[in-house]
Amino acid sequence: MSARLDERAAETLPHGPRLAAHDAAVFALRQKRDAAGRAEPDFERLREQARRIKAHALDHLDVQLERFEASAQRAGARVHFAADAAELRDVVGQLLARAGARRVVKSKSMLTEECGLNLHLEREGIEVVDTDLGERIVQLGHEPPSHILMPAIHRSRADIGALFERELGSAPGDTDPGRLTAAARRDLRARFLGADAAVTGANFAVAETGSLVLVTNEGNADLGMALPKLHVACLGIEKVVPTLADLAVFLRLLARSATGQPISAYTSLVTGPRPGAELHVVLVDNGRTKLLADHRHRSVLSCIRCGACLNTCPVYRRAGGHAYGWALPGPIGSVLGPALGGGAGAALPFSSTLCGSCSAVCPVKIDLHDQLVAWRLHGAPRGAGEIWLARAAGVLLARSWSYRLAGRAARALWPLLGRAGRANPLAGWLAARELPPHPGASFRARFAARARRSAE
Amino acid sequence: MDVDLFVPCYVDQLVPQVGLASVALLERLGCRVRYDARQTCCGQPFVTTGALAEAERLAKRHLGLFAKAEAIVCPSASCVATVRHRYAELVGAEPARALAARTFELGEFLVRVLNRTDVGASFPHRVALLESCHGLRELELGWPSERIARAPAAGITESLLRAVAGLELCEPARPDECCGFGGAFSVTHPELSSRIGRAKLAALAQSGAEFVTGTDASCLLHLDGLRRREGAGPRFVHLAEILAGEVAA
Repeated sequence: MSARLDERAAETLPHGPRLAAHDAAVFALRQKRDAAGRAEPDFERLREQARRIKAHALDHLDVQLERFEASAQRAGARVHFAADAAELRDVVGQLLARAGARRVVKSKSMLTEECGLNLHLEREGIEVVDTDLGERIVQLGHEPPSHILMPAIHRSRADIGALFERELGSAPGDTDPGRLTAAARRDLRARFLGADAAVTGANFAVAETGSLVLVTNEGNADLGMALPKLHVACLGIEKVVPTLADLAVFLRLLARSATGQPISAYTSLVTGPRPGAELHVVLVDNGRTKLLADHRHRSVLSCIRCGACLNTCPVYRRAGGHAYGWALPGPIGSVLGPALGGGAGAALPFSSTLCGSCSAVCPVKIDLHDQLVAWRLHGAPRGAGEIWLARAAGVLLARSWSYRLAGRAARALWPLLGRAGRANPLAGWLAARELPPHPGASFRARFAARARRSAE
Repeated sequence: MDVDLFVPCYVDQLVPQVGLASVALLERLGCRVRYDARQTCCGQPFVTTGALAEAERLAKRHLGLFAKAEAIVCPSASCVATVRHRYAELVGAEPARALAARTFELGEFLVRVLNRTDVGASFPHRVALLESCHGLRELELGWPSERIARAPAAGITESLLRAVAGLELCEPARPDECCGFGGAFSVTHPELSSRIGRAKLAALAQSGAEFVTGTDASCLLHLDGLRRREGAGPRFVHLAEILAGEVAA
């Protein structure tokens, strides 16, 4: 039950106007999602349909993957499988090396964040430029994205102005979003034109046609794919949906759930390479088949990365994405973390109040807060202290006499319990709150006294 | 009607007045209230901290103690939610289903079983309702704002408050945002718990409420602890205290 999230939040998103702004900006996305959902009469029906399609696709993932591979190859793409993050890095590295690519434009991909691709390529001497505006901002700031969809949502306009002034030579003190975007666009345009290869993610892969589906608001993925001779798309194996008809269901849900848009500005289906160009698709496992085999948790693989659970989460909004310590923050990051997040993700299931709002907004109806509980009960690491504390409390509560005795002891020690100090098990409570007033006699004592009085 | 009271451990020990108010209210409405003093804890804190073996033991114990009860009434939505949503895994699906069907949150029992929204209470004050997340989303005592379909009618807890004479219901911003308590989370994640809690406290204070009420004394204790540290803000009382007319002056 590590509280690292709590400590990291205090460092990465300290108290102050930025915390309030982060909460407000992220909650505004939740409200836009509410409005968009209410404007779509089929919204709830679509959610149920999406859940079923994903459940079916995951139940037959082996078949779907083979079908996708065959269709994509027929369309002229090369399909690779990577067992883990290291293999993904190797495969992409080799493809780029073989093509002699030194300059790569990337469009946003949470999978490559999960697998640490950028750092690996940079170490190989390849220039990697993220082309999504938010992603570019965090890249220039040498930090990871803090939100699945809005990588720089933790940064203020003034922050970005100062960063662009330093990195892109924008006018000193300029915080105008239009002009800052123009500065980024000028810088990126040159990099698009000079790129040797494009590396992208994909929101979906359609087994029926072998198509990759890329959804963006900036068109950056499209421009990236359109110019260089080599396109490498990296995606998790769970991204495969059976048919184009299935895809339509997700496209109606994704942008509405994410930003409240009926559909994103750009939705591109890539089926095979352009004439004279190469398209490589790398399908990555990295812990997913293990998760698929786990009947308790496989539903979490249905995620379409819309970010709605982050936007509604009271903890995420007050912690900021960097506090989570791995690529995916928020509720979805806390249920995928134990399986895909390495050490940093293991204890994340404890970092939630279990308010349940995440489950209620999920467009594919992942039982997110039940999943948080399931991880806590099955597999999330507990410290030795916690295990012993639970054992002792379990023994005391197993009999009413020992429970009564413990209650009496706590009453006698009440003044001590209110005293701050590391040895006090209630130190966390007292950090921000007063102890409740001394309760006097317990309910059971008073109920018994009342029964005696009425018997007399 | 015979009612068996399920008094959560923290209510028994920390806010006994909530249990007493529940007894007074149920008796006033003609119920005969029994309380089995062998009960301790339903196991919720062990579920949420991942202590499976202890949670199973306490859940089985709780199940045994209430085996013969016809109507089990509890002044805590989150403990009822534990029985309804977590017991299947702890005691088996069928026993859990049978117990859940007989276990009610106090306000839910009044409205759904006794068919009473007006319980004859009077409370001439401005009051804000703090819907606890488990009451709201797991027991459906209200209609969470993220639900896409429009609310068909006022929720259970709200309808009980609307029927209280003289009570003026205040509407805080983000009415169903979590208060940040989260059980053990409040102790293991004090920074985040209090960040969420202080924002909630501010919204409740800005609504003009003199009192804040709800179905879970635990959420109320957390916010009251923050309020007393900050030195100002509305008072926190449990729904049972208002409905029973037992709010201390």
